[in-house]
Amino acid sequence: MGISRRAALKGMLIGGAAAAGATSASATAAAVTPTEEAVGLLYDATLCIGCKACVSACREANDLEADPTGLGPNYHAPLDLSERAKTVIKLYAEDGETSFMKAQCMHCVDPACAAACMLGALKKREFGIVTYDPDLCIGCRYCEIACPYNVPKFQWTKAAPKIVKCELCAHRLKAGLEPACTEVCPRDAVIFGKRSDLLREARRRIAAEPSRYLPKVYGETDGGGTQVLYLSHVPFEKLGLPVLGDLPAPSKARNVQRSVYHNFVAPLVLYGVLGAVTWRNRRHQALEEEGQR
Amino acid sequence: MSGRCPLLAAFPSTAAGLNDVSRRDFLRICTAAAAAVGLGPLAAQRFVEAAEAGIKPSVIWLHFQECTGCTESLLRTTHPPVDDLILDLISLDYHETLFAAAGHQAEAARIQAMKANAGKYVCIVEGAIPTKDNGIYCMIGGRTALDLVKEVAGNAGAVIAIGSCASWGGVAAADPNPTGASGVSDVFKDKPVVNIPGCPANPYNLLGTVLQYATYGTLPALDDQGRPLFAYARTVHEHCPRRAHFDAGRFAEAFGDEGHRLGYCLYKLGCKGPETHANCSVQHFGEVVDAWPIGLGHPCFGCTEKHIGFAMPLHATVPIGRPRPPDTYPPIHSTQGGVSPIATGVAGAIVGGLVGAGYMASKRLAISAASEEPASTPKKSEG
Repeated sequence: MGISRRAALKGMLIGGAAAAGATSASATAAAVTPTEEAVGLLYDATLCIGCKACVSACREANDLEADPTGLGPNYHAPLDLSERAKTVIKLYAEDGETSFMKAQCMHCVDPACAAACMLGALKKREFGIVTYDPDLCIGCRYCEIACPYNVPKFQWTKAAPKIVKCELCAHRLKAGLEPACTEVCPRDAVIFGKRSDLLREARRRIAAEPSRYLPKVYGETDGGGTQVLYLSHVPFEKLGLPVLGDLPAPSKARNVQRSVYHNFVAPLVLYGVLGAVTWRNRRHQALEEEGQR
Repeated sequence: MSGRCPLLAAFPSTAAGLNDVSRRDFLRICTAAAAAVGLGPLAAQRFVEAAEAGIKPSVIWLHFQECTGCTESLLRTTHPPVDDLILDLISLDYHETLFAAAGHQAEAARIQAMKANAGKYVCIVEGAIPTKDNGIYCMIGGRTALDLVKEVAGNAGAVIAIGSCASWGGVAAADPNPTGASGVSDVFKDKPVVNIPGCPANPYNLLGTVLQYATYGTLPALDDQGRPLFAYARTVHEHCPRRAHFDAGRFAEAFGDEGHRLGYCLYKLGCKGPETHANCSVQHFGEVVDAWPIGLGHPCFGCTEKHIGFAMPLHATVPIGRPRPPDTYPPIHSTQGGVSPIATGVAGAIVGGLVGAGYMASKRLAISAASEEPASTPKKSEG
């Protein structure tokens, strides 16, 4: 053992700080960090013109049926993400303030849907993309409930339903293409790239034009960080992005579960107590029966 | 070219040949023709070379069950003018509407042209071919249309059906189709037939096909219904000047209403544009701006589609094949679905009824169990 106690402590502190990033996350929390290969999107709400080319392209690239909910049978007009819409452009307009908002899967660094999925149908796979394997899905819809962004959608109208959510066009990435939405965006309001590069670009944009943006990149740390990042001039919660804090949604559940099973103490204690009670009762019964005789 | 009236120029008193046109003029005509049909400048050069060598494609134009509208629309093109076309670019050897000759003389011209250019001439058919009762409902010179088309098309280098009637029967084949009117490709199956449907067909689509055959000896790429892809690959909807109104959900609801006068989308008045493959929206008729149905404020009729034009009611709407997003936006938090008070009431009544029935049933069960008990005890003792 050539390492002194002091050096080990120092190393742990540095490692912890690096793992949590330069954020407020405590070094003690077992934070999940984005991998080096993690890819994502950067959506700049100040650049979006609401042309919905992405909505159209997404539907075609993913071979989805039209969702006419919003405006009759002649349009693909989803009111929100749905079993037939993996992305949708919404409009925020209040008190003379307007902004477009692109909704799709956030591809969380530590996704709640994947944590809730009991068989791993939804899972972080290549490039940190949360993809869906229908062969493993049992249709429990826990992912729908778990997702803080309300993203996974269940095919209620199908006899053999599946979960529908943005998979960052994983099938296109495999073919060397970028996601359909970023490919068609005429103003590069949504761009595709490595999360680290996108984060740097987002920070650069804020630094270059501080009056144009709120001084925050949504998704940098929110909900434990997401691989889809947002820039906006309108408070993010008004665009429907929830205030989640810096801890990932599954962390609480995971902490509870892990502490319950920590060193298997709790189960041992529980079954020990149960066993003791049973043994005591049986002994009492045996004594009573003896007394009756 | 400006100032020339195609109608007057269509019937020149002199048989102006190549010698009366300067080479420069002729090159201009050929370039216009090639450009109009999208063949490129190289093709123009080859037209000139072919025409100077005296090689002009011989065209035999047959008329059957039709209104001559396709010929009429061809007479009104000015790029190139039809006189340049029929005198310089092609050799129109038989055309009942444009012929000076008549009767036996005309038929003799057809037979002579067929002999001289056997296997090389272009056979253009305008109009449907009646097949009922051995085709007796359309006869020319004592011969049925059925007979004529088999003979003329059989010896042709290329067979072109112009207009919806020649393509698949058109108006003559509309239900109940009393004469058994059919398209060329229905009665003549020996060679591929190029269908140039339309009512009337856009003359440029015919020019493009004929000039490509004359210049390169090939026919254009066709779709599954025999229509040239250069003209019929996309729907009218894709290039409609009123498309922005469709996307924004602004529709004319009735002829002459506010929306109609403002030039809104005609879909709700029965426009078949979303399902009709044709180039009308980009290639207007006779070079007159907006000379096409939607440009004039009338819904597309779907004349280039067999299953729409003359087959579907004029003002019925067609389903949209590839729906796209509208020009409206959902709010950040949209409410979807909902439960009406009546539904809540009905559901409440059903649930209440079931609970009540269950309660009553359990009560009755308790009573019957209680009444059975004293009766069964003596039985037991008896046994």
